[in-house]
Amino acid sequence: MAAANMKAVKLRIKSVQNTMQITRAMQLVAASKLRKAKERADLSKPYFQIMKETLIDISKGNTDFQSPYTKQVENNKWLYVVIAGDRGLAGGYNANLFKFMESETKGREYMVLPIGKKSVEYFRQRGVELLTEEYAEVAKISVSDCFGVAKLICDAYSKGKFGHVLLCYTDFVSMMTQTPRSSSLLPLADFELEAETEGESKQPVRDLILYEPDSETVFNAIVPEYLAGLLYTSINVSVASELAARRTAMEAATDNAGEMIEKLSLFYNRARQASITQEITEIVAGAEGN
Amino acid sequence: MATFRLQIVTMDGPIYDGEVQRIKLRTIHGDLAILARHMNYVTAIGMGTATVTMEDGTERRAACIGGMLTMMNNLCRVIPTTWEWGEDIDLERAKDAKRRAEERLAESNLDEMARLNAEAKLYRALVRINSANH
Repeated sequence: MAAANMKAVKLRIKSVQNTMQITRAMQLVAASKLRKAKERADLSKPYFQIMKETLIDISKGNTDFQSPYTKQVENNKWLYVVIAGDRGLAGGYNANLFKFMESETKGREYMVLPIGKKSVEYFRQRGVELLTEEYAEVAKISVSDCFGVAKLICDAYSKGKFGHVLLCYTDFVSMMTQTPRSSSLLPLADFELEAETEGESKQPVRDLILYEPDSETVFNAIVPEYLAGLLYTSINVSVASELAARRTAMEAATDNAGEMIEKLSLFYNRARQASITQEITEIVAGAEGN
Repeated sequence: MATFRLQIVTMDGPIYDGEVQRIKLRTIHGDLAILARHMNYVTAIGMGTATVTMEDGTERRAACIGGMLTMMNNLCRVIPTTWEWGEDIDLERAKDAKRRAEERLAESNLDEMARLNAEAKLYRALVRINSANH
């Protein structure tokens, strides 16, 4: 055990310690931000759920195919609204979502409306057609931004740029689990299909629904509204997921760093002990020689 | 009186879930009251005061703006953009907002966007003032 080796180990311990300090700080920051984000996600979830149930009910009972928002269209191009994070170091948060996206989009012609820096980077790099890059920072998106996105989607949809709109976000299942999910947004007929594939095969009753003043006016008023609402709430949920993922990842990193330091210290102490023993042996040998 | 289940939920969280006798609010088409066993119904909500008659007959007022109302098989879901119970409304703030919007509208050099914006603000303030519990 040369002294040089010991010095290298010492440096290594120091560097791991520094890394640990950073990961621990990130973990604490994520944990404190997570508390607020979780509250918001918890408040957002009922809206998302009830809105979806309502839309499924409407689409099941719908007998009106006048409004462009309700009818099943021929256009086979998809728009994916992908909500990812602004930063990395959040474990599999971004990667899982993109992997999920890839399996979703297989064999489909699609374009993307990315929300979040990572999302913009990922799809730009792949040369996917983007609807807009305006909403690059997920942390800064407000309710009025969501209404802006909704209006943008509605305008492009009515121009026939795409025939289906799908939302990809990460659902906050619990502090430890976050799963990427997708949800239909447009046309309304897609909600019925989605409910069927999820096995919720309630009898399609086709009850008559009264729309007042008439279905077209109602849908024109409702659609941008619910798009914005679903977007806003799923952004809240995704942000909470990102923070939870980051907290878990950083917790693991801190633990790993601690383990590494322990192992390295053991190695270092052993080396130190060995060198001392060697010195004593040498001294004793020298004394005996006299 | 017969009751039905009413769910009110906004983006900021669930507001109410329970049995009520009646809900009255303003839609884009005019005032509307929903009673139990109303037929399946969908409409968009305008801006106005909503009045909910609870199971025990007491009434609660709220400022209700935007969103949608659906009645499906005796379950009424109200999903407004904003919903504020009368007792939660800060009357002074609403009056302040009204005054500011009026001042803004009095300016002569407003462009179309700014004018619409100020009008919407004025209208919102009026709805809130009217819905507040006096």
